[in-house]
Amino acid sequence: MYKVQKKKPEVDIHSQLKYRFRLNFYDKPPLDDIIIEDFETFALDRLRVLAEIETAFVRNSPWETIKKHTEDQCRKYLELGHTTAKTKDLDRERQKDHISHFVLRLAFCRTEELRRRFVKAETTLFRIRYANEDPQELISFLKSRDFDWVEVSSAEIEQYRDQLDAAGGKGSDTFYKVGLNRDAVVVFPEVIGLHQVKWTRVPDLVEKRKVFLKGGMAYVSSKEQSSIIFQSFQAHLEKALELTAKALPRLDEDTRIVPILDHLSQGFLAGGTSEWNNATSANGDEITADMVDDISRKHFPACMRNLHNALKRDRHMKHFGRLQYGLFLKVLGLSIDEAITFWRRGMSTIQDDKFNKEYKYNIRHSYGLEGKRANYPAKSCQQILMNDQPGSGDSHGCPYRHFSPENLQTALLSMYSSQGLTSADIPEIMQIVKGGHYHVACTRVFEITHAKYGIRKDNGVGDGESVTHPNQYAAKSRELELGATKGAVKKDTDGDVAMS
Amino acid sequence: MSSAEELTPELMLAFYRRLYPFKSIFGWLNHELAPTKLFTHREFAFTLAGDVYLRYNSFKDAEDLKKQVLALNPTRFEIGPVYSARPRDKKTVLAINFKPILRELVFDIDMTDYDSIRTCCSDAGICRRCWNFISVAVRVLDQGIRDQYGYKHLLWVYSGRRGIHLWISDKEAMELTDDERKALVGWMTVIQGGKDVHKKVNVRTGLSPLPPSLQLALETLRTTFSEFVLPDQDPFHSTEGWEALLQLIPHAETVKKLRDDWSDAPYSTSEERWDDFKRIIQKQEKGSRLRKTLEYAAEDIAIQYTYPRLDAEVSKHRNHLLKAPFCVHPKTSRVCVPVDPANIERFDPGRVPTVGQLLGELDKAVADASDKEGQDGGEHRSGEYGFYVPCSYI
Repeated sequence: MYKVQKKKPEVDIHSQLKYRFRLNFYDKPPLDDIIIEDFETFALDRLRVLAEIETAFVRNSPWETIKKHTEDQCRKYLELGHTTAKTKDLDRERQKDHISHFVLRLAFCRTEELRRRFVKAETTLFRIRYANEDPQELISFLKSRDFDWVEVSSAEIEQYRDQLDAAGGKGSDTFYKVGLNRDAVVVFPEVIGLHQVKWTRVPDLVEKRKVFLKGGMAYVSSKEQSSIIFQSFQAHLEKALELTAKALPRLDEDTRIVPILDHLSQGFLAGGTSEWNNATSANGDEITADMVDDISRKHFPACMRNLHNALKRDRHMKHFGRLQYGLFLKVLGLSIDEAITFWRRGMSTIQDDKFNKEYKYNIRHSYGLEGKRANYPAKSCQQILMNDQPGSGDSHGCPYRHFSPENLQTALLSMYSSQGLTSADIPEIMQIVKGGHYHVACTRVFEITHAKYGIRKDNGVGDGESVTHPNQYAAKSRELELGATKGAVKKDTDGDVAMS
Repeated sequence: MSSAEELTPELMLAFYRRLYPFKSIFGWLNHELAPTKLFTHREFAFTLAGDVYLRYNSFKDAEDLKKQVLALNPTRFEIGPVYSARPRDKKTVLAINFKPILRELVFDIDMTDYDSIRTCCSDAGICRRCWNFISVAVRVLDQGIRDQYGYKHLLWVYSGRRGIHLWISDKEAMELTDDERKALVGWMTVIQGGKDVHKKVNVRTGLSPLPPSLQLALETLRTTFSEFVLPDQDPFHSTEGWEALLQLIPHAETVKKLRDDWSDAPYSTSEERWDDFKRIIQKQEKGSRLRKTLEYAAEDIAIQYTYPRLDAEVSKHRNHLLKAPFCVHPKTSRVCVPVDPANIERFDPGRVPTVGQLLGELDKAVADASDKEGQDGGEHRSGEYGFYVPCSYI
């Protein structure tokens, strides 16, 4: 039935589009010239979406929540309009989707672990888009591909009528209906009927006994056909990634691309690159050296709390710790004069003379007042997790990653128990840490310690986002407090706080 | 029959030397005459006396395997998957190049999983009577797998004590991935839930008929239920027994009525009690919702008391090891003989030969100046028990 229909001439209303369909099975790599900037930015945008999907899985969010978060993220970074949306540059959007997918393939084909995670996130993204697809468009998309299924003849349907009904579980009309959209059951004469595939193509349906099996062939009713499509997408991508992995070493390498790919594949570990733009103190209020101690207790993520406590305890701090903490404070809103006061007080074991000669320069340098006068951004979670691993005597790094489990538990309880973290929460957090999802653990702590502002599980630091930057953590935390004092935060809403 | 016969190392060695059908095992695993990767890359694991366990052995042919078995004289050995490299080279190849790729699809049914519904024996015990549970399991699985999955090369092997193994050697079955195996086991598994779950059959969605695969099995299960379970096992005779039955009836009034009746009739048999329940169903108006509910409940009960209970973990992973056919069970000294599913009812686990019997017969045959030798003697005898030579069906 499919094959016959494919040959018929079709009225194609969007023939001028290079990418005819919104959904893409990514069979062919993009062949156009790509600007190196696009190469990276497209990939980064897609990575944000995928990282969000993965985070949602790790946090065991229900499917509806995952779907909603992903749709929100897609709208921000990877908009993909329906073919009916005339006002948009559809080709540009679809090209971006296409290119970014293939760049990430290059970045994530390299180890089995990365491939597995990439396939899972991509398949989920595909499922979400599939669910939102316009029924008419979906039909033409499905017709454009051969899914290697066999239409079941009506004679055969009659023969197995009873069994098919029992497998469908909803009476005899099941096979004439197809639910493409989650909410709507629509009758489509073109895609009615039953498909027959090898049972190994639909293991999930077999496991749940949702098909009728005969001689190794599964009879899949149209309402379950999406299962075949998702499985096909996944299998296709898995195979393609393995091929890419084999071909990658033979790539005529361009020195511009490898660093980008390295950078991208790291992004997954840290849960996506941070979009925190280092805009110094968005709220416009200055912080003085005296306030730091108080703010640290209320608003700092664990890494900064740890640095602050270490400074108070040791009255000294090593280079990378000063760098991580100093830049964080700068972005938090500590002016250069206040910063020098703060560090002078903090590093009380150092003689004035030595401080002025050695440390003051460093502080001024990080504010862009010495040397090459660059405005250094504060370190993101990714940088903290991946670069400059702490050695002995260092206090920088990410406690979730760099502390031993026992120390982390004690540290978390001593830091956050005044804000509502109890030892009952610890097992959950430790479990996440054990899985290597440090930013998720940090986000969970944020949710627990900000429950009094109406933050619930899965709210993250707002809009369900997870922590990607210490300053993002601190700023969101301060915003919540500010909102609460002004009475502007709607309690018990979804924790959606608008940026002021 | 007593299993007091002592299994000495000498006895085992004689068994391996004179009786064990290495050639048949080779042919069955290898699918061809000349050794292929199916044999040479296959893992064998030996269990030696004193719980020494040797994994990742592999052999180039039947002769090589026999030589090693005679040298080690294991109490038993197990067969694992075909790896992408020779298992004996495991230490020298990279981990990513050493993966299980092919493996028979295996099932394990163990009588201990039936303890909640059998009344004649418990734990390791098995008798002619409870073997009926295994018989029905074999028939249902054999029929189901052939019908729904289209596999043809099924080998049923008695596990030596109280269970049965199934090996499926079809090319497609061997190629299944772990996920697909899991799906298949999910399809086959009907009895679910532990001790604290009363209703273990939950396969319907709402008030719908059984899935087609189960309808096919239902006929066999029903017959077994009425002809074997009720009269022989008598599961609802005791108070605990019929209370367990009442737990499965989803209608409070019926339950109350039956409980009142049965409390006064402590000597009723299971058949009588089951008839009481059936009579209540008959009284309900035809086509009514209540009647349907009770009818379906009756079906589910029959399934719960008869459907095969699978040890799912064995089937799910390609790298799970399973005892080789024709090995000797160390506790019973019985040989793990293949079983013909068509004649499964006539199989009596108590009459499976032990090593000592086989060797004794062989000695006698030799003494009788018969020209039969070695393996011929073994297979001659075992023919009575429905042996079929494994390599013949490949």
